[in-house]
Amino acid sequence: MGWAIALHGGAGDIPLSIPADRRLPREEALHHCLEIGVAALKAQKHPLDVVELVVRELENHPNFNAGKGSVLTSRGTVEMEACIMDGNSKKCGAVSGLTTVVNAISLARLVMDKTPHIYLGFDGAEAFAREQGVETVASSHFITPENIERLKQAKEANRVQIDYTQPIQKYEKSESPTGIEDSQIGTVGCVAVDKNGNLAAATSTGGFVNKMVGRIGDTPIIGAGTYANNLCAVSATGKGETIIRGTVSRDVAALMEYKGLSLKEAAAYVVECNPKGDVGLVAVSAKGEVTMPFNTTGMFRACATEDGCSEVAIWPSVQD
Amino acid sequence: MGGWAIAVHGGAGVDPNLPQERQEDAKKLLTRCLHLGISALRSNIPAIDVVELIVRELETDPLFNSGRGSALTEKGTVEMEASIMDGPKRRCGAVSGLTTVKNPISLARLVMEKSPHSYLAFSGAEEFARQQGVELVDNGYFITEENVGMLKLAKEANSILFDYRIPAAGLESCSAGAAADSPLVMNGLPISVYAPETVGCVVVDSEGRCAAATSTGGLMNKKSGRIGDSPLIGSGTYACDLCGISCTGEGEAIIRGTLARDVAAVMEYKGLDLQGAVDFVVKERLDEGKAGLIAVSRDGEVACGFNTNGMFRGFATEDGFMEVGIWE
Repeated sequence: MGWAIALHGGAGDIPLSIPADRRLPREEALHHCLEIGVAALKAQKHPLDVVELVVRELENHPNFNAGKGSVLTSRGTVEMEACIMDGNSKKCGAVSGLTTVVNAISLARLVMDKTPHIYLGFDGAEAFAREQGVETVASSHFITPENIERLKQAKEANRVQIDYTQPIQKYEKSESPTGIEDSQIGTVGCVAVDKNGNLAAATSTGGFVNKMVGRIGDTPIIGAGTYANNLCAVSATGKGETIIRGTVSRDVAALMEYKGLSLKEAAAYVVECNPKGDVGLVAVSAKGEVTMPFNTTGMFRACATEDGCSEVAIWPSVQD
Repeated sequence: MGGWAIAVHGGAGVDPNLPQERQEDAKKLLTRCLHLGISALRSNIPAIDVVELIVRELETDPLFNSGRGSALTEKGTVEMEASIMDGPKRRCGAVSGLTTVKNPISLARLVMEKSPHSYLAFSGAEEFARQQGVELVDNGYFITEENVGMLKLAKEANSILFDYRIPAAGLESCSAGAAADSPLVMNGLPISVYAPETVGCVVVDSEGRCAAATSTGGLMNKKSGRIGDSPLIGSGTYACDLCGISCTGEGEAIIRGTLARDVAAVMEYKGLDLQGAVDFVVKERLDEGKAGLIAVSRDGEVACGFNTNGMFRGFATEDGFMEVGIWE
């Protein structure tokens, strides 16, 4: 046993040809967030505090799809969602439809700690944010030029696609052309376990480029994008609609619990069973193991364990 | 076995002092829904259409907490949510925060069939409803006098409340009953607990296809914007090749226990049969929480389980079995 931590900055069609000026800042951020998380674990902070801390850092970074740097809705606005879960108590908190809250994950934590509810959305969540006095800013703070461009490209690609009256392709592999290379990137997340086996998971996102206003993805849905119990903690990323119907994060834990699979086996199985190109996840177990499988081209990720293993990567590593 | 089967519920957690008249009204409604479902199944209508049809019926009737007759938010308004799932390809649709859509379950169906997404909420969902041309009404349509009275009592007691249609005089006894039955605390805060009602339907058709649908107004006196288990796939609703499940009770406990998904997971990964899986989940997955659920399997079985004081439910299978019940 021992502590372990894993974090991600999104799984998707990240081309090997991604230019250095897009790749390096993200790799640096992953290193930085990993260091912060490891330091917190070494300082004996509870995993719930660790995952919140790391996800706040990822939200603040403009190159990931969460907080600042969130992708835009079809109206060019930002609607952020997040979720946090404590493995021991299975207490959880989730928020959706945030437009002014600087750190969605912290509001999710407050929903968990300060209300009798698990999930608050939209105006109600924003009102709660004000009641709690969390940091809020004008929505424009979250919008980056890259995302304005992504939205423009997504809309142009959609011009030849469907309107609501035609059959929806969301249940087959979708061939969405990528404009800006990593336009499919979604979500940030962190999972952690301390040396006592306490587990926690946290995920945060701006959602799907050009999403309909009001669209909720997998991130705030317990068992889909985020889950933790006393066996493992999981944070998923990829195509929200797939992760929801696949109850991805719950399935990893369920396979461990009901079929006795190991963390690595359970996570690999779940990722394999879902449509290729749709899913990635990071997970840790109570025993201090880590796994970061994905069936997309790449996943921005990083992990470290107490016994000295450490990795920061984007594409499949050699041994996979 | 094999053959079609249908189960319907109107909520778990019933006041032991519920007046006889109310009990009869509930049983009549459940019976009517079963007959509707049975005729649809005999006409070979697919499971996904049957669950939608039945839940629409339950939403339209003001007796239970969904659609008309929904519990009220702390502001005295109605915010409804629903979800639907089709077993064969696990297609799903969900909505939250609806205020003018007459039948939330049908909008959830449209999200599944006609949008690129799985879940839409609040103004975005209402906008989608307008684009789809579904029937819209004033928020006032959903509000019943009884619920206005219940909200007042809830505020006075400063607690989130049971939602069953009983006159104010009976309320003291049932709050006491509730406290004795389930002295629960929500997320560590001193709020007395209850089990709000919700409606749901699960069906397996003669082709062995399963489907599930759930709809609710949520908790009485809830914060505006509060989302419960009913629209969350894997928590309040789930359907796959093996089975279809719809849950009701303490939303937060159902979410933590990912109740609906777990019934299927336990069948799939532990090889339990339907009733075994339902019993396992109710016993092991709820911790201190109170909830109930109905389920059908692709082999034409029906099952239900609850750790609450009663659950409004009804079942029917192709071989002629039919039952409506409230208590154990």
